[in-house]
Amino acid sequence: MRRRTFAAGALLLPLGARVVSAAPAAEPVTPALIDAARKEGKVTYYTAMDLSVAEPMAKAFEAAYPGIKVSVERSGAERVFSRIGQEMAANIHHVDVVNSSDAAHFIVWKRNGWLAPYVSDAMARDLPADMLDADGTYCTQRIHLSTIAYNSKLLSPADAPKGFMDLLDPKYAGKIVKGHPGYSGTIMTATQQLSRELGWSYFEKLAKQKVLQVQSATEPPKKIDAGERAIAADGSDYLFWLARERGRPIEVVHALEGTPQISNPMGIFKSAPNPNAARLMVAWIMSPEGQQFLVDVSGQYPASRKIKPKAGRPLLSDIKTLREDAAAVEKQADQIKAQYTRYFKV
Amino acid sequence: MRGRFDASLPVMILIVVLLAVMVILPMVWLVIYAFADPAGHPTLANFETLFTDPSFADPLVTTLILAVSVSLVCALVAAPLGWLVARTDMPLGRTVRTLVMASLVTPPFVGAVAWEMLAAPNSGLLNQLWRLATGASDDDVLVNIYTLEGLIFVIACYTFPYVFILVANALDRMPGELEDASSMLGARAWTTARRITVPLALPTLLAGTLVAFLQALNIFGSPAILAIPSGFHTLTTKIWSLFEFPPKLELAAAAAVPLLLLTVVLLRLQAAVLGRRGYAVLGGKYGAPRLIPLGIWRWPAAGLAMLVLSLPLFLPYAALLNTAFAPVSSQFVTPATATWRNVRFTFVELSSTLPALNNTFLLAVLSATLGGLLSLVIAYIVARKAIPGHRLLAFLATAPLAIPGIVLGVGLFVAYTHPPVTLYGTLWILLIAFVTIEFPAAYQQFGSAFHSVHPELEEAGRMLGATRLRTLADITAPLLRSAAIATWCFIFVGVIRELSAAAILFTSQTKVLAVLIFDLKESGEVGAIAVLSLTTVIIAAIVITVANRLAGGRAANRLRVAG
Repeated sequence: MRRRTFAAGALLLPLGARVVSAAPAAEPVTPALIDAARKEGKVTYYTAMDLSVAEPMAKAFEAAYPGIKVSVERSGAERVFSRIGQEMAANIHHVDVVNSSDAAHFIVWKRNGWLAPYVSDAMARDLPADMLDADGTYCTQRIHLSTIAYNSKLLSPADAPKGFMDLLDPKYAGKIVKGHPGYSGTIMTATQQLSRELGWSYFEKLAKQKVLQVQSATEPPKKIDAGERAIAADGSDYLFWLARERGRPIEVVHALEGTPQISNPMGIFKSAPNPNAARLMVAWIMSPEGQQFLVDVSGQYPASRKIKPKAGRPLLSDIKTLREDAAAVEKQADQIKAQYTRYFKV
Repeated sequence: MRGRFDASLPVMILIVVLLAVMVILPMVWLVIYAFADPAGHPTLANFETLFTDPSFADPLVTTLILAVSVSLVCALVAAPLGWLVARTDMPLGRTVRTLVMASLVTPPFVGAVAWEMLAAPNSGLLNQLWRLATGASDDDVLVNIYTLEGLIFVIACYTFPYVFILVANALDRMPGELEDASSMLGARAWTTARRITVPLALPTLLAGTLVAFLQALNIFGSPAILAIPSGFHTLTTKIWSLFEFPPKLELAAAAAVPLLLLTVVLLRLQAAVLGRRGYAVLGGKYGAPRLIPLGIWRWPAAGLAMLVLSLPLFLPYAALLNTAFAPVSSQFVTPATATWRNVRFTFVELSSTLPALNNTFLLAVLSATLGGLLSLVIAYIVARKAIPGHRLLAFLATAPLAIPGIVLGVGLFVAYTHPPVTLYGTLWILLIAFVTIEFPAAYQQFGSAFHSVHPELEEAGRMLGATRLRTLADITAPLLRSAAIATWCFIFVGVIRELSAAAILFTSQTKVLAVLIFDLKESGEVGAIAVLSLTTVIIAAIVITVANRLAGGRAANRLRVAG
């Protein structure tokens, strides 16, 4: 088993080392853009982000630019991907801005020529080089982790698992809930990282632990909060933290083996029916205000260098994280789904 | 000839074209896809995969076990309950009938969600209550919904009403004289029941059991909620999962074929069984059946009936109300902890709610109106043998009964996502799906209604020089008012309950409430799900109540389940 630690900055290799930049020149948010966006009056945002974050973010954007209505289309990233594939195949163009927790999707969409390059001045100024696509077709919106967590009312900290291999202990059988890589981009990304680090035998054994299988990475936090299971084998870390900060008995575990990291890229579709509102929205989310809002409302790790992570949350640099490899996810996704289904039956 | 234009022929052509678009084309495309590889070459490989690959064969077996179990459970529950209501002096009989009808309004996926709240092994409210009452440990589980048995139970909860209604109606119509004769000849009550009542009711019960089997075979809503956490697929959820990227439409089409064939065969079987019922009630008029006195068992029997009804109705709705106002879904609400947070989130924050409500309302009203009209016209033509080819119409109008919702969804998807006619992504494709799913039952309703209107009245109108359509509008329609209102209601409620075809055909702009609830389930937003589920049911209840007023209280009685 390889165990590696990476510094926070070097985590986003999947987005590609910049060789020759074909990115468009950085654009400021001009009154002309705002006017054009107001004329469109609406923007459709496809995302995998939990609704408790996505809807307030949409409302904050609407408040910043009155007259533009955001419709949030939220489902698991793998379903967002299917839906966009189906819609594009049928020549249906609804999506303006898309944000996926599976960075591999952006490799596919870029290759298909579906993404419109756009770089706001804040993106050019505040993003580390590895968080902006060389051609400016997408950028990292925020970073979150897929962590283990448990309900401390159902499991004492002394009994809690310290890492992924601990989850295979028979004493946890029937106590674990887990997201599904066929629906969730977070879990797909995490499954690729864990199968690389721990081998597929980890999943084969985990499947024998009578795991409660749910779909999105946003559901395990809700299931352990409700007390349906004591331990979440994975799930979006910000939701565990938010529950904990609401006073719920939730503890987050950063696994000994390392914690999967997810970069959540965002891009604009070329076929966007509201291209100006789309640019304005992306510019706002990546601006210091937008990034600060995301940190305040969810405590996810900001992409912008200008913004400090939320106080009280562990620093990304203090956590041993696993390397995200979008190119590998892109190649292995179908095989990962098939292999996973073989072990977990659904 | 009369100087006026008779619209019969254009109407006939229009209807045949409509039915072709709705029924024939999707099924033709379904079969073409089922027998083709992704490149379009003919092959049997899809069926080979279907029957040999364990990821398909397992769901197939699971589905058959499920369907057999559900139909048995339904028969075992519905037959005694139907007998108690129709043939005994059990109190509250009318209330029980109304409540069983009410439970049919519950969408199957809502029932499944509610039962998840009640019977999830650890956080389920029933399990918590049980632990509280018995002092059992946290690991002890009374009921576990995340099992095949759990799914069987939930589906049976919302399927037994179909069997109950058939059985109760048959027992209502059963001649009392036969039973009287039996008792006069000295047979005791139980002998009469065994020798007379049961044999007479048996064909209906068998037909009802087949209906339950078909429901369970083709249901998507409940397994869509419960199958994944339970760790298995049914055939319908498996078909749905084939639309994940990369979509495997050929396999989805092939997997739909066995459902289609099985449904056709079983419907024929059911028709044959019901056809034989004739022997029981040959000739003459009979008195109302004699009610069997239950004596001291009257109230225990009523209690038992209410207990059965708590499963599809009282408990699930209590759970939905609890979750809608609870800060955490697994907590019991008290006045101190009750919160409007979920309601506010659903109606203020969630940007999909209003579009979904709009789409649902629009589609339900349009489907009910257009589907109602279509079924009315076809039923009229068939009942009065108005035009040559009415037999073909009758066949086409009942054929969709044999097409499960999920199969129709796949068929419409493969037929209308590509030129020449691209309807995917519009509300039209959903409208076609909903009308197709709902209008055969509406057609049967109108069919029986027309039999009660004497053709002489219409002939009088025709003799006085009115066209066929004018006669229909002026003479027949007023006489069919209550049937029409009931049918409208029936389709409206059917549409807002529908998930299987909608789950395949929706896009982000054409989401309906059922799909929104289904999407929210994926991320576990139980609070919003509870609020939206209650909203759905409240809308249905309002529509039925208003329609009942309009129809003078008769609509609900007519809201019968079609075979």
